[in-house]
Formats: sequence, structure tokens, C-alpha cells
Amino acid sequence: MSAPHSQIAAAFLRRKAAWTPLEAGLWCLALAAAFLFPSQQLLLSEIAILALFALSLDLIVGYAGILSLGHAAFFGVGAYTAGLFSLHVSAEPLTGLAVSAVVAGLLGLATSFLVLRGSDLTRLMTTFGVSMLLAEGANQAAWLTGGADGLSGILLEPIAGTFEFDLWGRTGYLYCLAVLFILLLVARRIVHSPFGLSLKAIKRNSRRAAMLGIAPNRRIVIIYTISALYAGMAGALLTQTTSFVSPDVLAFHRSADVLLVLVLGGVGYLYGGIVGAVIFTLLRAWLSVVTPQYWMFWIGLILVALVVIGRDRLHPARAIALVRSRLPGRAGEKAVPLSEDSR
Amino acid sequence: MASLSRRMFIAGAALCGLLASGAHAADTVKIGLILPMTGPFASTGRQVDAGVRAFMALNGDTVAGKKIEVVLRDDAGTADQTRRIAQELVVKDGANILMGFGLTPLALSVAPVLGQAKVPAIITSATTSVITQKSEYFVRTSMAGPQSAVPVATWAAKNGLKRVVTLVSDYGPGIDIEKGFTDQFKKDGGEILEAVRVPLQNPDFAPFLQRVRDTKPDAVFVFVPSGVGSIFMKQFVERGLRDAGIKLIATGDVTDDDLLNGMGDAALGVITGHFYSANHDSPENKAFVAQVRKANNNMRPNFMSVGGYDAMALAYAALKKTNGDIDGTKLVEAMKGMSWVSPRGPITIDPKTRDIVQDIYMREVKKVDGELYNVEFATFPKVRDPNTP
Repeated sequence: MSAPHSQIAAAFLRRKAAWTPLEAGLWCLALAAAFLFPSQQLLLSEIAILALFALSLDLIVGYAGILSLGHAAFFGVGAYTAGLFSLHVSAEPLTGLAVSAVVAGLLGLATSFLVLRGSDLTRLMTTFGVSMLLAEGANQAAWLTGGADGLSGILLEPIAGTFEFDLWGRTGYLYCLAVLFILLLVARRIVHSPFGLSLKAIKRNSRRAAMLGIAPNRRIVIIYTISALYAGMAGALLTQTTSFVSPDVLAFHRSADVLLVLVLGGVGYLYGGIVGAVIFTLLRAWLSVVTPQYWMFWIGLILVALVVIGRDRLHPARAIALVRSRLPGRAGEKAVPLSEDSR
Repeated sequence: MASLSRRMFIAGAALCGLLASGAHAADTVKIGLILPMTGPFASTGRQVDAGVRAFMALNGDTVAGKKIEVVLRDDAGTADQTRRIAQELVVKDGANILMGFGLTPLALSVAPVLGQAKVPAIITSATTSVITQKSEYFVRTSMAGPQSAVPVATWAAKNGLKRVVTLVSDYGPGIDIEKGFTDQFKKDGGEILEAVRVPLQNPDFAPFLQRVRDTKPDAVFVFVPSGVGSIFMKQFVERGLRDAGIKLIATGDVTDDDLLNGMGDAALGVITGHFYSANHDSPENKAFVAQVRKANNNMRPNFMSVGGYDAMALAYAALKKTNGDIDGTKLVEAMKGMSWVSPRGPITIDPKTRDIVQDIYMREVKKVDGELYNVEFATFPKVRDPNTP
């Protein structure tokens, strides 16, 4: 009896993990953008970095149900690590990226035990508190971080010894995009694994999940660490593409922006961060050129409108899912494995 | 799929639109003006922008046969945005000169771009000493480090204020100014009782002021960034420091012209040292103040505004000298050693450091025609940055 069940479960997971043409198209477009818009590479890099940052947040918000208002802590630590590493140890970008990921991951591991306690509100406060501590620490430790003036004079070697960071920023964009792509592949693998599924169970009802034999705490520690690692890499990319770090990388507005981006794009399907980052960054770039003084008003208005109208109605993937679910045949087919699963 | 690619198409079209706007004619000189127009430092951006526009209104928009076009961008006071915008202005919009930079980290973040692109950048606001050393292409028209603090120290020591407590905001410029004031004050025979540093973000001065009061100094020397001054002034009076006979001396940031009127009579009698007062008596300044007031809903220009005005004056003068040549290296060469009479008084760009050399005035807050002004009563001529001899 157990063999067919595990097979059904495996097939269910595989089906969920399959590539859709929509996804493939998105990545082709992202790659093509490097050549179609030669003058917009910096903006594209910014989108890729923000997307990666939002992806890291999606891993804990969308999959483990941990709301965070201090995700910039990991972003900032990654950014500073990359900066310090290139100034004092080696200007090789890939090593710097790896080191930043490890340092941010370790911080994530250390602070993950704080988010195990309490409810959403407590978590918001603890994550917020950790990021504020780090921001003030970076401001005070001027001997290490340059204080409010930040770290400057960061010069990076060409990536893998061949691709030099150019003024136009194409290398930077392709580098960010490659990192984003690889990390997204890894994230896909994680969330579509039994581990990822167990996270969703914890998110829905952690007590029930515990009764089913899923240990919530250990899993939350793992995903929180992974998420921190991702955020650290996003921060490192920012440092490496701008060759500058200031305490701003740890500022509250970064944590708030990334949450906004994620909510804008949709939580819990990995691409939310990317979609949100594209919309948010393009809107901001466009509006701040059109009206440098009042763009925040418009962006606020548009965000409120988006939420009121309902993102579901605007979002292509959701819209398609909605249409599909109304077609009787396919909806029935989809329901089968789930009903068998929940015996 | 269909609807996503449609969205991408729209985004692409928007991008193409931005791209197309980058094209420009060869007889135009583009000046990229990067300022914090939103966020906590928006008032800086507003003032500098007003100064830039006032210069263009008074001096026309053509120089050496070239039409000057100013492109204003908002960086919201975020360093990575400043850096991206600077790079975009250079590679995409073809900016020939960059200008602005509200805070030190914002200026520092563009240093690598300037070296690569060989484009001059005129700093209108950021004041930390170190900036101009970070790139050969930085030139400054605001203020250099503790320039305004050193004369205050000399003046205080001469006028019987021997025991002083310093109170500065805890960031780069604050620490620069604290050091500049302390060094000079000790040299002139003064004594620093205590050096207090307050956090830059959301300052509450009450506990610090209580400490100052308890040490009973002759005076307290203050530097806080423009905008925070009014909060400070209010708490200074509320905590009874004025009634205790403690004199308030400061850099002109505290009695910023833009906010001075709003501080009310609490500010009367405060002694400050600075490079610009809207009350400065000269024909250049009268024209400047009148123009800014006319174009900006009767707003009074402050020292940020005059930084923007002089940045434009410097750009025009350099273009005139190179005869319209827009080569960045030549422009910087032309700017070195340039002297002119600004609304603030006579100023010079030091050929060696590319930093500003200017007169610092001692002023007292007084009522003039029913409005509060910093009234100048003494001049320290040709003051340079004491940190870079």
C-alpha cells in the first residue's frame, strides 16, 4: 500500500516542479535584455539584485510563514562582507560572493533561534531589532565599516579572470542574472522537495505538522539560514556591482521595500520576488525621472490601487490558474493526488 | 505566457522610450544634477535645485555657444541609487558635468564612475574633508570640512568664553567639525569640558543637554545638520540652558536661513560662524535672494542654495575658459584656481585640492524688518580646509 502512495507523492512533486513555458520565456527575456537594452544594464542589475533579495524573503515568508521586517540585516552583512573581503583579502568577486554567503548564513543560523519563539508580531519585532542593532553597529564601528561615510575604494578583479566590470554594466548584469538563475534553480529544488512541502505544512498549521511527525523548529532553522544566505549574496552583488557600501544597506527602508516587492509580486511561488522587483524598480525609475519631487506620491497611489483592485486579477500565472480551475476536466484531474495524499 | 510577454513588451517599450530621450545634440552641454529630492534630506535638494535655477535665470542658458541643459534626478539620499544614476547620466544621457550630492557617502559612491568616465563632479552640499581626495574629478563649492568651525573657536576664545562643551551629530562631518573646533580652541587657550556626540537619526537632545547644563560651561558649541537645528533650539531653551547663562555658539547649519524664522525668538542672540547668510550685504546676493524668492514661492535661500548657484557659476566659467570644450579633464583644469564673487562673498577654488577657499563670517541672530536673520559682524578672510593644509 505504501509503495503506490510514495509513487503518487513523488509524481505530484515532480509535476509541481516541472518547468512551464512561462518560466522559460521569462528567463529568455531576461537574458535577451542584456543585449536589447544596452543603456539600461544598471537598472537591470538593480532589478536582478532586488529580485534575489525578494526571493530570499519569499523562502521564509511564502514557504515557512515567518514574517520578517529585518531582512536587510542579512543583505547588509553580505554587502559589508563583500566590501571588506575585496578591500583586505582578495578582489576576486566569486570568492567574495561565497564568503559573504557563508557569513550571512552563519548570522542567519545564529538568529534563527530567535524567530522560533513567539508569534508573528514577536517575530516582526525580533527581526526588526536584529537589523537595527546591526545598522547602529555598522555606524559606530567606523574603524571597520567607515561609519556613516561607508566603504569606498573597492576595486574588483574581472570575474573568473576574464569578464571585466564595464562602465555600461553589462558584465554586472549578466553576473547578477547568472547568480539569480542558479539560486532560483536551487530554491526550486528546495521548495519542491519533501522538505519544502513539509515547510508548507508548518506554515499552515505548525502544531498539526508537529503531530504528523514534522519537527518544525529544525526545519525553520534550516530555511531561515538558507534565506539569510541568499540575502547575503544579494547584498554582495550590490557591493560588487556598485563598488561601494554605506550603512544604508542595513537601513529599515530596505527591509520594508523588499517586503513590499514581495507582496506586490505575490508570496509563495518563487517568482513573486522577480515580478515584484521588475514592477517596483521600473515604476520607481520611470516616475522618479518624470517627477523627481513627487514620485513617491504616485508610487504610493499605484501600490494602493494594485492592492485594492487585487493582484490576482492582474497576475498572469494566477489568471491562467483561475481560468484552468473553471474548466471542469482539468480541475478534477488536479484534485486527485491531493485527495489521495490526505488519507 | 501571452499576457506576460505583453507586459514585458510594454516594459521594453518604456525602456526604449527612456533610451531615445538620451540622444542629444552636440551643441548642448548636459549637466546631471543628482540630489535628494525625497526623504529626510529633501530640503537640501530643494534648496540646491533652487540655487541652480536661479543662476540660470539670471545668467541665461547659453555659454560659449553651447546650450546648457540641466537634468535633475532624485537619489532619495541612498548611495547605491546615486551611483546608478550618476553612471546612467554619463553613459546613457551623455552628461558632461555632474553636480549635487547631498551627503558625504552619496558623493563618495560616485568617485569610481568619475575616474572611469572622466567627467567632473561639482559638490554642492557634502562637506567631509576627505571627498575631494577620492577622485581627481571632484571640485567643491559648498564648504570644506570644519571650515566654519575654526573661526568660531578663535572668536570664542577672544571673547571670554574659555570653558566650552562641544555637542555634535555623530557622523563624518560632525566628527570633522568637533576636531576642527577643539584643535583651534585649545591652541587659543580654551578648555573643552566635555565632548558630546548625539546620534544622527531621530535625535533627542534632552538627556545630552541636561549633562551639558550640569557641567556649567561658559558656552556650548553645537553642530547638527541643517534641519535638526530647530529641534535643538527648542530643547535648548526648554531645558533652561539659556536661563542658566550658557551661551550658544554654533556653525551656521544650526541657524539655517531656511528654518530660522520658524525657530522664533528662542534663536535670538545665537552666535554662529558660516560662509553664507541671506542677509549678506552685496549686490550679487540681493539679486540672488530676490530671484530665489520670486521663483520659489518666497522661499529664503540658504547655504545649500548658494552651493548650487556657485556650482553653476563654476561650470559656466569653466566652459567659457575652455571655449566650449567639454573634455572632462580640461574642464577640471579650467576650474582649478578659479576666483569669482559669489552671493556669499569672494571665493576661490584651490588649484591643488580642488576645494573651496572662502570667507567665514561671524553672525548673530537678530530681527531685521520683522524677520530673523543671521547678521554678519566679523569676517575671517580666505579660510581653507584646516584638515588638508
